[in-house]
Amino acid sequence: MSTASGILSRNDLSALFDALAARGLEVIGPTVSEGAIVLAPLDGPDALPAGWTDVQAPGAYRLHPRDDGALFGHTTPVGGWKRFLHPPTVRLFQAATTADGFTITEGAPPPPRQAFLGVRACDLTAITRLDAVFQGNPFTDPIYAGRRAGAFIIAVTCAQAGPMCFCASMDSGPDLRAPYDVALTEILESDHRFLLEAGSAEGAALLADLPLTPATDRDTAARDRQITQAADQTRALPPGTAERLGRMLDHAHWNAVAARCLSCGNCTMSCPTCFCATVEDSSSLDGATAERHRVWDSCFSLDFSYIHGGSVRESGASRYRQWMTHKLSSWHDQFGTSGCVGCGRCITWCPVGIDITEEAATFAAVDAARHPVEA
Amino acid sequence: MPRPKLAVWKFSSCDGCQLSLLDLEDELMAVAGAVEIAYFLEATRATAKGPYDISLVEGSITTAHDAQRIQKVRKQSKMLVAIGACANSGGIQALKNFADHEDFIRRVYARPGYISTLATSTGIADHVPVDFELRGCPVNKHQLVEVLTAALSGRKPNVPRYAECMECKRRGTVCVTVARGEPCLGPVVQAGCGGLCPAVGRGCYGCFGPMETPNTAALAARFADLGRTPAAIRDGFRLFNANAEAFREEGDRHDQA
Repeated sequence: MSTASGILSRNDLSALFDALAARGLEVIGPTVSEGAIVLAPLDGPDALPAGWTDVQAPGAYRLHPRDDGALFGHTTPVGGWKRFLHPPTVRLFQAATTADGFTITEGAPPPPRQAFLGVRACDLTAITRLDAVFQGNPFTDPIYAGRRAGAFIIAVTCAQAGPMCFCASMDSGPDLRAPYDVALTEILESDHRFLLEAGSAEGAALLADLPLTPATDRDTAARDRQITQAADQTRALPPGTAERLGRMLDHAHWNAVAARCLSCGNCTMSCPTCFCATVEDSSSLDGATAERHRVWDSCFSLDFSYIHGGSVRESGASRYRQWMTHKLSSWHDQFGTSGCVGCGRCITWCPVGIDITEEAATFAAVDAARHPVEA
Repeated sequence: MPRPKLAVWKFSSCDGCQLSLLDLEDELMAVAGAVEIAYFLEATRATAKGPYDISLVEGSITTAHDAQRIQKVRKQSKMLVAIGACANSGGIQALKNFADHEDFIRRVYARPGYISTLATSTGIADHVPVDFELRGCPVNKHQLVEVLTAALSGRKPNVPRYAECMECKRRGTVCVTVARGEPCLGPVVQAGCGGLCPAVGRGCYGCFGPMETPNTAALAARFADLGRTPAAIRDGFRLFNANAEAFREEGDRHDQA
């Protein structure tokens, strides 16, 4: 761990892109597309969402201009980093028939080497959650591991929380604490600049290649002030949710949620930690070649729980319950943490605006009445 | 070994799904190699007698003659696949199911005496057992090849029944309902098109019909929140799959006329 740090002027930001390109890294970061701030390959600093911010509400997202030219003055971008580490569709292998069976002709494509620019605290924590899923013992997923090893992470300090944010109550932010290569804080006061702080040897080496000036106490104070501001969040997951939800499996309120739930899978697809995938086989018409792909799946589909004889979770209530209890309760049993990092995407990107914190609060209130001691 | 015999039949339809088969281009030669195209008038006048191993049926049943002919097709077909919205649910022409078809005939035709039609347009499964329904208006050509490939290799086709949203999210399309307040049928519509309309900023029109567990009531309530009138909500469900049960019932619930 290095303590290298420095100030990069707004006007020198292209030097950061150049240094990343010199390392053979494709830069992925926030940019405006289709009326939202999405994560996509960036050609240079001009692709960043200068002067834009987002306003999020349950089932609604809008871009709004801001007059200070901030590049990172938004909250959670659409989607998150999952798609770059655990791609929505990836070929596992190609095969050809032989006289006595088949042979594998191609494996998975080689992993890209990418720099993630602007990873927020919640999304950094989400990456550590995915690490536990894909690289935790006893199995390592080679596709994830290859992409993860090649990823250079530039985290960004959140200067403000959005109304959907609840990382503070999930202990996953707003301060940057998970492993990153460089932490970036955008400072708008007086002159537009970036405080860069290395979090790894590779990060320190990158900083050495940049035209930095020494950081002052004023800069680190600005960073700390931003974190304090971003910790001021109106939304929270009720304490004890993991235990309380585990006792609510038969409650009638699941049916009330199911009456609103579309079972469309948008929450799971938008979630930065939902990792489920299925494998799909395809073959050529003559049966000479075949391919197997891994594709994002969702616990909201009937096929997800299909076993011999039918689907285990036929009702919408059982599928919503599966998602919510796994995310907030049984994930603890499985991985030792919550599956939720408080990014709020499942609330924003639910077409009907179902709010996981509100549903958790409803269940918590019922359980608190039954088990007042643990409240 | 003789190749399996493929037949392609047309009922009331625009021929777009048959054209999807001709539009296969690269794969068309592979199809022609894997099966004997025994009956496909859209492509060739040459026909071979049945029985047929696989029949692709396009179009809906709108006349008494159609209703008799589909029985004959079924009898000659080992496997019958209904392709496209018309064959699945009656198609756009099923809009007549919601009105007086005699009135339509009088308005459209100068000599209505020549027109002999049923009061309704219905899908193939309303008349004969169907082995597989391939959705779409028109069908997706990749899914069409998948159905044929699966049939030839004796496996289940890989045609998911979940919501269109799954394809949008995998593709990385920003949700038009959430980001723009644009009503989109995607959450209640079966995947298959690849998310075409949302990718160009429009809401889904429902070409692929209802998904496996469509919660149309919840989506219609959302449309009302977004400012859609009951008539607009009704008309949104009454499009290419107007007569599909879930869409028909939801459309009827908003029909205040």
